[in-house]
Amino acid sequence: MKVIELAGIDGFTAEAMPDENREIDGVYIGDLLSWVMGRAQADNAWITIMTNINIVAVAALADVSCIVLAEDVKPDGQVLKTAEEKGVNIIRSRFPAYETAVALSRFTA
Amino acid sequence: MSELLSFHYDVDGENFTSAGQASVRVKKNLRQLGVDPETIRRVSIAMYEGEINMVIHANGGVADVEVDDTGITIILADNGPGIADIEKAMQEGYSTARDEVRSLGFGAGMGLPNMKRYTDDMKIESEPGKGTTVTMRVNF
Repeated sequence: MKVIELAGIDGFTAEAMPDENREIDGVYIGDLLSWVMGRAQADNAWITIMTNINIVAVAALADVSCIVLAEDVKPDGQVLKTAEEKGVNIIRSRFPAYETAVALSRFTA
Repeated sequence: MSELLSFHYDVDGENFTSAGQASVRVKKNLRQLGVDPETIRRVSIAMYEGEINMVIHANGGVADVEVDDTGITIILADNGPGIADIEKAMQEGYSTARDEVRSLGFGAGMGLPNMKRYTDDMKIESEPGKGTTVTMRVNF
């Protein structure tokens, strides 16, 4: 499933989409950034509730396909601007992390 | 071993907003060199963890990256407080980071273990009160 397709699912909204055709392969859920860098795999969709600017660097370096912000948390303008510059996709989900992952699993299966 | 390319970066201290800039630049440079994506991922994650450590603990420092025929060497040097007990610092979950740092999602005691995990070789030289130099090697 492409990142742009995930953003089109009911309950999901595109926040930054500089690399919309990237394929999602697997999911990682976590808020501790070092943990995420140690465990997330390249091309995973990364579900988190963290919105500070460092999530963009973590996503870029860990090479995940997109950040999915659960619980409808909204990133600020600086985060979105940096994400566009660094080619990091950000999608907002109105569901909690678990339901977000279940939705992803349903659509990527 | 012939040295093909080297990059030098200054890492700003106490600046979490710009933390990771050197790593992102390294990533870009390695991609231009045609290095394979998984190697780039390992190098940039290890370097970012080191960069974050320098921001959290040492008020910044310098990063040097050297690319040769067989791999990539990353040298991170700072003039911070040093690491009193390196063995302890290498344990997953051990951290001396401040609460403010933890609230950003760092300081989980995963930095050094991640650096070791993603590199083929890692050496820490540290003297309390003088500073720390971490040398990491990722082979192609």
